[in-house]
Amino acid sequence: MTVINAVSLREAMQALRDHPGARLVQGGTDLMVEVNFNRAAVNDVVALRQVNELRRWHVDDGAGNGAGDGAGDGTNTVRIGAGVPYAEMERAPLSDLVPALAQAARTVGSPQIRAAGSLGGNLGTCSPAGDGLPVLSALDATVHLQSIDSEREMSVHDFMVGVKKNARRPDEVIVAVTLPIVAGFQGYAKVGTRNAMVISAASACLVHDARAGTVRLALGAVGPTVVRARRAEAWLAREASLRGAVSLDDATAREFGRRAADECTPIDDHRSTAAYRRHAVAVLAERLVLRARDHVAGGAR
Amino acid sequence: MSNEFYALTVNGIRHEVRDAWAGESLLYVLRERLGLPGTKGACEQGECGSCTVLMDGEAVCSCLVMAATATNADIVTVEGLSHDGEPTDVQQTFVAQGAVQCGFCTPGLIVAVHHLLDRNPNPSELEIKEAISGNICRCTGYGRIFAAVAEVRDQRRDVGGR
Repeated sequence: MTVINAVSLREAMQALRDHPGARLVQGGTDLMVEVNFNRAAVNDVVALRQVNELRRWHVDDGAGNGAGDGAGDGTNTVRIGAGVPYAEMERAPLSDLVPALAQAARTVGSPQIRAAGSLGGNLGTCSPAGDGLPVLSALDATVHLQSIDSEREMSVHDFMVGVKKNARRPDEVIVAVTLPIVAGFQGYAKVGTRNAMVISAASACLVHDARAGTVRLALGAVGPTVVRARRAEAWLAREASLRGAVSLDDATAREFGRRAADECTPIDDHRSTAAYRRHAVAVLAERLVLRARDHVAGGAR
Repeated sequence: MSNEFYALTVNGIRHEVRDAWAGESLLYVLRERLGLPGTKGACEQGECGSCTVLMDGEAVCSCLVMAATATNADIVTVEGLSHDGEPTDVQQTFVAQGAVQCGFCTPGLIVAVHHLLDRNPNPSELEIKEAISGNICRCTGYGRIFAAVAEVRDQRRDVGGR
């Protein structure tokens, strides 16, 4: 076994090309659990810890200024390097730009884990319980991939293909994600057996796009990958007023939760049961949409 | 870089690690190869915090760091917190407050508390709880630990910080 400590993105991509089958490691919080418990037959490892390019983030304005990743349609975006640790997402300024991501980041493990873990690792592992993934799904994030001789981007919905399966080619590095900066309430909530240091039994991210008049809901740990509750979203857009503020009554919020629960496909496993997870999704979706309503009512625009 | 051997900087001293499997955790290398057993190992999956060390100033679980990837890092273990051979203020106060029972979690907590107070000299009770939420103690019920951290905070404030 060889460990290659890449000190630049280019070096990392070259190492992946030269060592087919090598595992990529960023913070190590997933891979080292496998290694410590002999669950992984690890051959070569390309370590990204020393690749500073992956630890940066920046805002692009909608005109495509910044470093050129702007959507070009007037939407400001933030591009977050795959190695930026959760500890940085928890705090301003990123927490102001993408509040749901900050909320999700604060629920990841302990401060020690959040100093090491990253979105690149979350995407690379692609566990349905990954705390960052419902946020990426609800915001329709773009994932940026690079190899030594290619570069591509894809929707996070296409990137996540199954339980711990993603669309990354073996020679590619996940370099960044791009997220839109959306005006309106964002919330992340999860259920586990306790408040701190817990892996989700079920999680949900709700994003209200006040300008577009839509609510988007993504569900974690209740399907092979993150589930977007698109039928519930469309139903809510018909039943409630979502432009500017979220305006709905309690019964509509409850029905939104019930419909979201219908769209997930949970299983029984060591963390929870399918029935409880479905119940939890209904509660989380209802709670988040009520928070969205009360957020605007509270005057925070 | 591949690694028949690699070097780690621990508590300011460069150590060469030879004839080691490259997948070993930093926890294992510290304890079994570098003779630094202050850092404890329990869960080996980042849940308990007993293996907490500082890497480039950040508190991390050494069980989740592949040692061979930490070649450029400044690593500080519980053995490296004191610079004069005497227990640090945090260590002394843990003893004085009775924040140590079986002691297994103590080294990780000491590192986490130093990390907290070095970057936030005046933490609230909630901030103290959050900062050590990744360090599990099964003896004390945490009451004496919170009291010890608050006392160090107040001591440092009274002497104008150190």
